[in-house]
Amino acid sequence: MFSQLRSLWEVLRHTFIKHDTVEYPEQKPALFPRYRGRIILTRDPDGEERCVACNLCAVACPVDCIALQKTEDEHGRWYPEFFRINFSRCIMCGFCEEACPTNAIQLTPDFEMCEYDRQNMVYEKQHLLIDGTGKYHDYNFYRVAGMTIGNKAKGQAENEYPPVNVKTLLP
Amino acid sequence: MARIEIDGQSYDVQDGDNLLSSCLSLGLDLPYFCWHPAMGSAGACRQCAIIQYKDAEDQRGRLVMACMTPVKEAMRISIDAEQARQFRSDNIELLMTNHPHDCPVCEEGGECHLQDMTVMTGHTFRRYRGRKRTHNNQNLGPFINHEMNRCIACYRCVRFYDEYAGGKDLQVLGMHNNVYFGRFEDGALENEFSGNLVEVCPTGVFTDKTFSARYTRKWDLQTAPSICIHCSLGCNTAPGERYGELRRIINRYHGEINGYFLCDRGRFGYGFVNSQKRIVMPGIKGQTETTAEIAENHFRNLLKYAKSVIGIGSPRASLEANFALRSLVGEANFFLGLEDAEHTLLNAIVEILFNGGIRSPSLRETEQADAVLIMGEDVTHSAPRLALSLRQAVRNASFDMAHKMHIPLWQDAAIRQLGPIRSPLFIASICSTRLDDVATGTYQGSPDDIARFGFAIAHCLDESAAEPVDLSEDEKSLARSIAKALKQAQRPLIVSGTSCLSVAVIQAAYNVAKALPAQDKQLTFTLPECNSLGLAIMNGRPLQQAFDSINDGLADTVVILENDLYRRASHQSVDGFLEKAAHVVVIDNLENQTVGRAELVLPAATFAESEGTLVNNEGRAQRYFPVYPAADPIRGSWQWLTRLENSQWRHHHALTAACASAFPYLAAIVHAAPQTDNIIKGSKIPRQPHRYSGRTAMHANIKVSEPGQPQDMETPFAFSMEGAMAHVQPALLPVIWAPGWNSNQAINKFQQETGGHLRDGDAGARLIKPSGSHLPWFGHIPPAFEPEPGLWRIMSLPHIFGSEELSLQSTPLAERLPDLCVLLNPQDAESLGVDPGDPIEICDPARNFLLKFPVNIEKTLPRGLLGITAGRPEFQPLKFLDQVTLNKANPEQQPNSEAPL
Amino acid sequence: MNAGLGDAADIIGILVSTISVSALLIWVERRLLAVWQDRLGPNRVGPLGLMQVAADMIKMFFKEDWIPPFSDKPVFVLAPTIVFITMLTGFAVIPFAPGVGIIDFNFGLLYFLALSSLSVYSIVLAGYASNNKYSLLGGLRAAAQTVSYEVFMGISIMGVVMLSGTFNLREIVEAQRDGWFILPQFFGFIIFLIAVIAESRRAPLDLPEAEQELIGGFHTEYSGMKFGMFFVGEYLAITLSSALVVTLFFGGWLGPWLPPLLWFCLKTTIGILLFILLRGALPRPRYDQLMTFGWKVLLPAGLLNLLVTGAVVLSLHS
Repeated sequence: MFSQLRSLWEVLRHTFIKHDTVEYPEQKPALFPRYRGRIILTRDPDGEERCVACNLCAVACPVDCIALQKTEDEHGRWYPEFFRINFSRCIMCGFCEEACPTNAIQLTPDFEMCEYDRQNMVYEKQHLLIDGTGKYHDYNFYRVAGMTIGNKAKGQAENEYPPVNVKTLLP
Repeated sequence: MARIEIDGQSYDVQDGDNLLSSCLSLGLDLPYFCWHPAMGSAGACRQCAIIQYKDAEDQRGRLVMACMTPVKEAMRISIDAEQARQFRSDNIELLMTNHPHDCPVCEEGGECHLQDMTVMTGHTFRRYRGRKRTHNNQNLGPFINHEMNRCIACYRCVRFYDEYAGGKDLQVLGMHNNVYFGRFEDGALENEFSGNLVEVCPTGVFTDKTFSARYTRKWDLQTAPSICIHCSLGCNTAPGERYGELRRIINRYHGEINGYFLCDRGRFGYGFVNSQKRIVMPGIKGQTETTAEIAENHFRNLLKYAKSVIGIGSPRASLEANFALRSLVGEANFFLGLEDAEHTLLNAIVEILFNGGIRSPSLRETEQADAVLIMGEDVTHSAPRLALSLRQAVRNASFDMAHKMHIPLWQDAAIRQLGPIRSPLFIASICSTRLDDVATGTYQGSPDDIARFGFAIAHCLDESAAEPVDLSEDEKSLARSIAKALKQAQRPLIVSGTSCLSVAVIQAAYNVAKALPAQDKQLTFTLPECNSLGLAIMNGRPLQQAFDSINDGLADTVVILENDLYRRASHQSVDGFLEKAAHVVVIDNLENQTVGRAELVLPAATFAESEGTLVNNEGRAQRYFPVYPAADPIRGSWQWLTRLENSQWRHHHALTAACASAFPYLAAIVHAAPQTDNIIKGSKIPRQPHRYSGRTAMHANIKVSEPGQPQDMETPFAFSMEGAMAHVQPALLPVIWAPGWNSNQAINKFQQETGGHLRDGDAGARLIKPSGSHLPWFGHIPPAFEPEPGLWRIMSLPHIFGSEELSLQSTPLAERLPDLCVLLNPQDAESLGVDPGDPIEICDPARNFLLKFPVNIEKTLPRGLLGITAGRPEFQPLKFLDQVTLNKANPEQQPNSEAPL
Repeated sequence: MNAGLGDAADIIGILVSTISVSALLIWVERRLLAVWQDRLGPNRVGPLGLMQVAADMIKMFFKEDWIPPFSDKPVFVLAPTIVFITMLTGFAVIPFAPGVGIIDFNFGLLYFLALSSLSVYSIVLAGYASNNKYSLLGGLRAAAQTVSYEVFMGISIMGVVMLSGTFNLREIVEAQRDGWFILPQFFGFIIFLIAVIAESRRAPLDLPEAEQELIGGFHTEYSGMKFGMFFVGEYLAITLSSALVVTLFFGGWLGPWLPPLLWFCLKTTIGILLFILLRGALPRPRYDQLMTFGWKVLLPAGLLNLLVTGAVVLSLHS
């Protein structure tokens, strides 16, 4: 009984407490760099696409709104042939960003992406790919990975010995 | 049975097995790399360490490798002991020191045994910060990608490739930390089973190049149980689809047939499904725009107003489609659509298989054979997976020896060190074969000579069998020695087939098998196509009679089911036939010459988009299921044919049942797929893995509202990830997956014991009972072949990549086609004055010029024979000629410029 | 009867003002709940969001007026009108101020009790006619809840009747010139308040509609203006209940300085706010708790209150 009265009082007390709601859009809330908004694809410090089409973002996505297809350039570098995010399904959970092994997919503090036509919420690679590195400036997956790409042969990645000559007789 | 204690729990396990295999059979998780159920133990990777205790009191125990430790009664072991766990974790950490940071860009990722085992041991963080050893990769041809950095040196690849499959060109190079698995120099892997490296390799060193080109993770592939359609063996496959495109084929374990391995044709021959030559729209001659409905009405009208309709079936179409056609046109108007010679052969084979009283073995049974005689077949090319089994059968003598010496059969290296002890394998063939390297004796001759040789062996075994006259002394003594070896065998196996196009060879093979004294004798035939036997059982009329009935005006409309008649009969006769027929309806999936002549073309679904039952060479009926729905207006052949019949058969199972009741021999086909009654009511089996991604985005570029999932009304499978997996028989599982086991090696969770049969049984129903009365001796012995001067007999020699109609349309296989040339005996070549590579003009006996091809010399080809690649379109004009004459061609001219492609 | 009561001006004035107050309550309630939850509430349509009411009404009017094909159509249509009409007619006996009102019955209080019992038919019929298990459950709950709480409601106000010696509401107000009945009848007031909440099916005693368990209870299948009648009916019930509480316990129009009508309106407004606060603060009890509380606590307490009041009144008179 007392607790009921107390909660009545507690609730009534809120009449004189400042409200938390922000009067958006007149008043813009302060968003932090790690805010989870619109998804982008970034480039590595060399200006190449970071995405290697590994499909981990797609499989991590709880609403399955990411679809992509792997292809590779003439030097064997993997990249997505298409990369599609259906933002009308996206719940901005950020799992894709956490799953991404190359820091390619990142969420940004932009959430103002309403459309009158739902079809416009489907973003293809050209809509997602930006020219910069996003939040992570230095990481370049292919400098670490063992795969050969255009300007990096075997043994030229970080922490690699030159390739073994298997035909040598020396121990 | 032995009772052992693992971590305090008592288990009954198979005596004589190794501990690793036993633990896996019990469903326990124990990481391993180098052990493979088909190849035994090597003890190379040190990953399956466990603690073995001396007795019940022993608390400390000692570390042993489970794969190298035999099961002993009352032994006590521990998988979970801290020392064992620590050892396994340390071991994998060491294996991983040089492993590159590649998983996101590795085709193995997501179905990688190394990933699974790493997670299983708990090694989740790399402490090693030093530099990594690297290797250069090789180009291993169109099938296999090479990424040597990822290697953990388990030696599985060479053990499979060299020791199991008999390859010569994949070796271990280098030493200690630098060992390298590759060829001496770049180049395509020569062995016909190289594709299995993809599954044998526990990590991403060898990956599927054709798959990588259109890569998708395993969890994104829509899969259904399927049957390989590229030869008559009926290997089980698991094709995977993504975005409406068939992406790859991997092995689907079948305890009786293919086991763990497929041939390269089966694995890489799927490209035709995505080919540009696919018929995707119905076509009516003279009309540009057609829909499925217009085409269907046109078809209906044609049938309605036709004087009489004949139907031509196909050995590459399912039983149901053939049966639907047969019902549509009537029994009297149904023709099998086989080459006439082949028709006779298949009839003879059906007669022998069903009434000969000799068991036709499964591939697993052929592996048990302790003496093998191959008559007239180059098995590697006509039924490749059988060759791999026969290669294992040859090892039975060394297994027997090992048994005597108390060496367990899984001690692979020990058994191989016993030396080249081989079970007898004799090969009588037209020219050298890919199995000659393990053969005890070989014989080369024309088909007639092979038949005579077979009759001679039969006579040596049993005096009452007919005896050929005028055999040379050499032939006689070889026949005697073969007969002697076969006589001593407990489980002798005779292999023959249709490659020679000779009834005499088949009859001789039967005579030999009949003459064998052993109880467990077996006789198997390789057949040309995936449903040749099923079609032959249907007992239709020969193709020539179809031509006659049109030419005689008995019928005016013809329905051709998935059959390119130009491959079945000479160009002139097919031309005449199609010209004379007032209306030609073709149901097929790929553009071909016959399709080009049709008035109405109906687009048919391939094996990947439709369902059906096939009968393999063993007489086993197996069902394949659509992997993904056919894109409208493509339909399954059976659907085109049954839509017209006032819906007598709405559903596939009704059609199957009708087919089963129409033919007593086919009665069992209703059991070709496991019964699905015990699956939870109303819920289907999902074709998509539970982590299938992109569902709400894959079609969003077309329309943002997701389309409904396609409904599958015909099979127990759903085109979605919804449904029940818990109670599905392993034989029906689309995806082999178990928690913690993402690679195909998860199959051990679904087997009765590792390497054994699937739980709840393997799929398929054998139609042939081994009982039956023996047929009388065949006594029609052909005369010996005598080369006629100036005339050469055409010999169609099958080739794994060059002969099969559909796989020829697959791009990666095209790179491995045999050279476009004809084969000649060296003496013949000398008499013609041609050197290898010289072009030669081929003319018919009346000296009319036909074609020009370069010559290759084949030492083992008998004189008077001209070898061509069977089934290759370029050689089509030669196929139906008995004999040709040859001239040395003017080398300045461009070779084969006139050859129709 | 007072002169000037029940002329056309009164009737129209009271009808218009009660309906518009009820409509406005839609906005008031949403704003207040928002304030108490540190939010803003509807503030976009018109000044302070006042036109939200108009917007809601337009929306409600233009919504498809859908009658489910599986429903009992005549009853389905009839049900929402009952609650609306009974609540409106309930205002007839409310003594707004001396000379302001529609009718002055000697049995005014009984009239109110009768109408409030009638309104339950609306809910029961709606639940039955929707032909939907959730609606039916809602209807059943409403029937049981209303029937139970009617008993205590009647008992709780008997104390007031004893003290004033009349069922006439205006006389009850006049009887409070010496002191509001809230003091002698505090327990009666508490029981009456709870019972009136249960009768009007307001949160926290809104078990018949309980969105979380019954989707919407009796009005699950209703949309458009039929739903609107239930909706407005609820606010009418709040207004009516507050007016009655004020009349019975807080001295009606009585008060110094200000005109009587204003006093009445002020007190009623506070009553309404109390209703909204209760909704904003208290959780919904379980159904069995509700019934147990009614029969095992409120009924004895009400009877006790009646007994004591009777004893005191008797002793004072004798």
